[in-house]
Amino acid sequence: MSTSRKWYTPYVSPNDPCPPLGPISYETPVQLYLGFQPRGMEQFSPFEALTHGTLWPGLFTPYTNPYLSKREELNTDG
Amino acid sequence: MWYYEKKLQYPVRVGICNPRMAKFLIEQYGGADGELAAALRYLNQRYTIPSRVMGLLNDIGTEEFAHLEMIATMVYKLTKDATPEQLKEAGLGEHYVDHGKSIYYHNAAGQNFNMGIQSKGDPIADLYEDIAAEEKARSSYQWIINVSDDPQINDSLGFLREREIVHSQRFREAVELLKEEQSKKRVF
Amino acid sequence: MDEPIQVPDSYYSDLKALQAVDFTLVELTLYLDTHPNDLEALKQFNSTAKKSAELRDGFEARYGPLRQFGHSLSAYPWQWKDTPWPWQV
Repeated sequence: MSTSRKWYTPYVSPNDPCPPLGPISYETPVQLYLGFQPRGMEQFSPFEALTHGTLWPGLFTPYTNPYLSKREELNTDG
Repeated sequence: MWYYEKKLQYPVRVGICNPRMAKFLIEQYGGADGELAAALRYLNQRYTIPSRVMGLLNDIGTEEFAHLEMIATMVYKLTKDATPEQLKEAGLGEHYVDHGKSIYYHNAAGQNFNMGIQSKGDPIADLYEDIAAEEKARSSYQWIINVSDDPQINDSLGFLREREIVHSQRFREAVELLKEEQSKKRVF
Repeated sequence: MDEPIQVPDSYYSDLKALQAVDFTLVELTLYLDTHPNDLEALKQFNSTAKKSAELRDGFEARYGPLRQFGHSLSAYPWQWKDTPWPWQV
């Protein structure tokens, strides 16, 4: 099972003016790994398919804002 | 021949009255990697692409117009009840002066759509252009989700992002179909 | 002055049901474009298409024509121009 988000840490210089943002993420969605879609893959119901944006759970890659927790941090700092 | 169906592909909802979001969403309307660019790209390439994949280009190109309409709907809902003063505050003053309350094909930075699409006539080059276009559109949706506080807009953006993933998957399959040796029949 | 026609609450759930079935058809179309020999998918496509036609007929009877240029019929007076249009819904 492949993950759809990878992380790396960019170089931090002591001369950087701003505090480091921290590890950076990038997306590795399913089409990178699936190859030619095989026959007979499990399907969503029509409503679930519409909600997810695809008929097949095997083709679904979710996305959430990776900065959400960062925003909460900044908000609580005041 | 094109026919129009009088319904959106997806139930678009905008929950929060925040015209500033329209400025970001317009990127996918008139931007270089937006839905218009995608539709024009695929529908143009389809004339001369090998017949095996003509249907795919035709159909994905058509679906992109449905997505264009979804973005337009979000922008329309966010701006139709705004005063010129509110549009100015939202960073849409320049747009208003040129276009009034109408929508227009430009990107988030205000640059008009400039036909930055390619049709190279080489099926492999064209399909990789198309895969890249889908990955770029997917990225744009991710960035817009990152600056949006509206869960209902994000719901539609999530749908559109997943469509880019599926389109990318299909274009990759199209490459495989064209790579196939003529004498061998593909068996799944 | 034309008063805009307000749609009843049932419009939204009926529309969503149709959108869901038609979305399945879009997905199957793209899939069959690259998998032309998948018989099961083809059978599913055809039966879903029939289901969509039924749902659409019901929707149009209640809310007016969905398709252009004669692919849907119209009552009198000409219904196609009526609101709401999709971006107004």
